[in-house]
Amino acid sequence: MPNDTTSPLATYNSHLEKGVLAYQFSPAANRAVFFPRLLCPYTGSDKLEWRVSKGRGTVYATTVVHPAEGTPFNVALIDCDEGFRLMSRVEDVPPEQVKIGLRVKFRVHRPDGDEAPIPVFTPEAA
Amino acid sequence: MDGLKRCAAAIVGVAESDLGQVAEGMSPMDLVAQGTQRALADCGLSLKDVDGLFCAMTQQRMSINGMIEYLGIHPKFIGSSMTGGSSFEFHVAQAAAAIEAGLCNVAVIGYGSTQRSVGRRQASAREVNPYETPYNPFFPSSAYALAASRHMHEFGTTREQLAEVAVAARKWAQLNPAAWEKKPLTVEDVLKSRMISHPLSVRDCCLVTDGGGAIVITSAERAKSLKKAPAYILGCGHGITHMNITSMPDLTVTGAKASGEAAYKMAQLGPKDCDMVQLYDAFTVNTILFLEDLGFCKKGEGGAFVSNGNIAPKGGLPVNTNGGGLSYCHPGMYGLLILIEGVRQLRGECGARQVAKHDIAMVHGNGGVLSAQASVILGTSATV
Repeated sequence: MPNDTTSPLATYNSHLEKGVLAYQFSPAANRAVFFPRLLCPYTGSDKLEWRVSKGRGTVYATTVVHPAEGTPFNVALIDCDEGFRLMSRVEDVPPEQVKIGLRVKFRVHRPDGDEAPIPVFTPEAA
Repeated sequence: MDGLKRCAAAIVGVAESDLGQVAEGMSPMDLVAQGTQRALADCGLSLKDVDGLFCAMTQQRMSINGMIEYLGIHPKFIGSSMTGGSSFEFHVAQAAAAIEAGLCNVAVIGYGSTQRSVGRRQASAREVNPYETPYNPFFPSSAYALAASRHMHEFGTTREQLAEVAVAARKWAQLNPAAWEKKPLTVEDVLKSRMISHPLSVRDCCLVTDGGGAIVITSAERAKSLKKAPAYILGCGHGITHMNITSMPDLTVTGAKASGEAAYKMAQLGPKDCDMVQLYDAFTVNTILFLEDLGFCKKGEGGAFVSNGNIAPKGGLPVNTNGGGLSYCHPGMYGLLILIEGVRQLRGECGARQVAKHDIAMVHGNGGVLSAQASVILGTSATV
């Protein structure tokens, strides 16, 4: 069997480079799968479809990290409306004001240098 | 665990290595050797009796090879499962199974860490996860903080209730001559201490110390003729739900539910039968989560359960009687030290911190970020 020509991470990142949050869907399990991978963790199926998220979700859990140096920042787990959870942060609001249940929307963050773009979120109401 | 026999094996020897801050240049394997020699002396066996070895470390990837090289023995059976801090509770079940199957007769489980001496960065290699690392979570603290945030949201658990766990641990530590932190500690102190990852302050987080030790396991038959009263392995159970905190199905329910149920089933006991709980308190929220999941109180009631000194000395349920990872010792992976404390309490060797009734101990290990849970129920000869 020939080697795969791309990886789940590369496909995910290529969507983000276009400003899109992608996730996988397992028809066998009839549910979303995240993080991107080769096998469905609910059924073992290797039939995973790529889908594009509408980029809306709800804060499931949240913390404010206080680094030894520098300013405190938010880290949150976001439940996207399509039924997958990812780690991210909520921007445009002080980190301690990020509350569980807050409705949020996706935007892409493009770090300086060679690092891949990542999804971040902002309050939906803003 | 299905297929494992209640009371087929027993922990017969236990010992800590040097703890806290060890002598300069001491290696993790030096501490394993120290623990092994002391644990064998504790039960009256010697290295030539040992034919099974188990080890897991953060500072040596192939720690079992190192242990064999250092001790100069050639065991018939080895194990080196690495699930984080609960590795040793997994090793207990594996050693009991190996002994029951006749693969070995005397097994030593060892651990050592010099993370305080060499620094945490040196002691544990940082693993990169492209879906989490870019957000700079301060792991493992931030993972436990996320779980705490969810518990507070769903059940109204408060920072004061988390702090009660740290205060109870400190009170036990004050009764343990080997404990690292013995200064008086109040709820107020915990709330005011430096924030690490909200809602967890530095006093909600375990210590960073050196340390290690070893335990010796043999068949129930052989255990009878050794120096100390055996601690019989009544029940074992496992529950691994995830590796990364993002993949934990429900941040308020841990694999301790499954591991506890399996251990109780094998032991033919329930939480009400346990005289004490020695659990892995890497963070204050652990104690609340595991007391709930192991059935000592209902889900969501852990905060109230740990309040008003209920798990402190003279409280309703003795929990972490050595002072825990929060105040006694936390050498990177703490799971072996709770087995040692459980055995010592069952024997009645614990001096000022000795609990009055001491026939059955629930020992519960946690590994990763609430990822790998393993329960071991130990009992005296009265429980066989």
